[in-house]
Amino acid sequence: MIAECRIATKNVGLINPESIDDYLASGGYEALKKALQQTPEEIVFAIAKSGLRGRGGAGFSSGMKIKFTSEATCQLLECMRFIVCNADEGEPGTFKDRIIMEGNPHLYIEGMIIAAYAVSAEKGYIYIRGEYTKSIEMTRMALAQARARGFLGSDILKSGYSLDIELKIGAGSYLCGEELTLLESLEGKRGYPRIKPPYPAEKGLFGLPTLINNVETLAHIPAIITHGVDWYTHLGSKKSPGTKIFTLSGDVALPGYVEVEMGVTLRELIDQFGGGVSSGKKFKAALLGGAAGTFVPESYLDVRMDYDTLKAKDAVLGSGAVIVMATDKSILEMLNSILRFFQHESCGKCVPCRVGTQQLLILLEQIIAARRDRKNAFSEILRHSEIMAKTSLCPLGQSPILAIKSALAHFSHELFFEMR
Amino acid sequence: MQHDDIAKKYSQSMENVLLILHELQKNNSQNYLTEEDLIWAANYLNVTYSQIYGLTTYYTLFSLKPRGRHIIRVCRSPVCQMIGSGRIFDQIKRILNVNIGETTPDGMFTLEPTECIGQCDRAPCLSVDDSIYGGVKPSGIEDIFKIYKKIE
Repeated sequence: MIAECRIATKNVGLINPESIDDYLASGGYEALKKALQQTPEEIVFAIAKSGLRGRGGAGFSSGMKIKFTSEATCQLLECMRFIVCNADEGEPGTFKDRIIMEGNPHLYIEGMIIAAYAVSAEKGYIYIRGEYTKSIEMTRMALAQARARGFLGSDILKSGYSLDIELKIGAGSYLCGEELTLLESLEGKRGYPRIKPPYPAEKGLFGLPTLINNVETLAHIPAIITHGVDWYTHLGSKKSPGTKIFTLSGDVALPGYVEVEMGVTLRELIDQFGGGVSSGKKFKAALLGGAAGTFVPESYLDVRMDYDTLKAKDAVLGSGAVIVMATDKSILEMLNSILRFFQHESCGKCVPCRVGTQQLLILLEQIIAARRDRKNAFSEILRHSEIMAKTSLCPLGQSPILAIKSALAHFSHELFFEMR
Repeated sequence: MQHDDIAKKYSQSMENVLLILHELQKNNSQNYLTEEDLIWAANYLNVTYSQIYGLTTYYTLFSLKPRGRHIIRVCRSPVCQMIGSGRIFDQIKRILNVNIGETTPDGMFTLEPTECIGQCDRAPCLSVDDSIYGGVKPSGIEDIFKIYKKIE
């Protein structure tokens, strides 16, 4: 039996998210006090040594990000740095950040203040998608409370360090969850991705060094500071230490979220936490990581779920979304839904993605309408998605290949020969 | 909230533009941004009209056309679609006699699709204004609409 291990979802459902006193009574803001007694360099070192990786989907080393930002050379006379929290959660099948923001908002705000201190940021922004009204309300309340108690503002806890965090609201764009696009949106522009490099650590918000982290990533930082690096690295697997929130949806008896150590298997997630596949049904596939994710068949049920193990098997962990499909569900229909999603969310800035996402959808619709030879059309779909992956500006155009390739690798018989 | 109140609340910086547009739209009883709103925002923020217009056509939560007093958004992203959002759309179309993007003749409801709103554990889901309804069954939709008819 594998046990729940709550770090980012600590106290969610147990404390009143509207009360800073509840948070303080549960040991809240103790990590911030501890952090402010150390130098920013020591915090950077601790986060780097913890092996924490970005929980937004890409799994990039948070330590590297924080180190690069803290070391970025200033280009203007006044050395201003920003910290941004990416709370624009929009990946289908993913609702982990919402759970944190609605259930224990002070936790990720505390992590954000510590990270800001580590890179000496003076100003912070939290960017929450406009549809997340409850998350917005909880975060707004928590920020005001933190300000009133001196955890935010000037001279935080008499440490000499000052920071304020502003809340910004998105307006309906999946792409703004991509970090550079989010920065464009924060600057008041259309959500078009930027060419990278330069990365945000070097040239981020308003052209200044910016540390940008996902909600779940930030929610890990207080625990790392409180319990220490050794404690953290003993959790999870060697290259993916710590815990991960998995969000289970689709054909499971008990859909919901669970936070466990990295390296859990899909079988454990579904059987132990999801209550098994929905009654009377049989497992067929899981879509891991959402629309920008990969299909996996039954043979993957015992594969360890961490960034590198899945990658070695041509699958992704992504945001932690686990969409379970029973045998009565169609891979072709799911693929159709995914490609329609990308076609709708493509911003249109670069040609391969703008045209490519439309072509992929047209081809798949031709298959569904039985107007094309399936094998032939799928090889065309694959070729298009490969070109898009190589030539698109941002992760959106680079993502359709994941679902397409994995569907063809594991479910080609169904895609080529079965009716639905 | 009048334009003056919005000006008091938000400084004249483009980083506030989305907040300002949200506020303007919320103030409109038909849930949309008028030509006058866009001109005011452009003047207030000291940018061109086209810059503001460009934002409103990019971000899907904004509308340049009058809408109903209540916006119904049905999720059509992969999880909800797999569980049956198609049936939800069909039922709403039947009950309200509108198509996607249309408003009921009494100006009460507008039906819109939305991409994933993070309620996948309660699929299929829909939202009416700021309220979210999960695990929706076609047979339960009329009861949801009754809540809003009652308020009015």
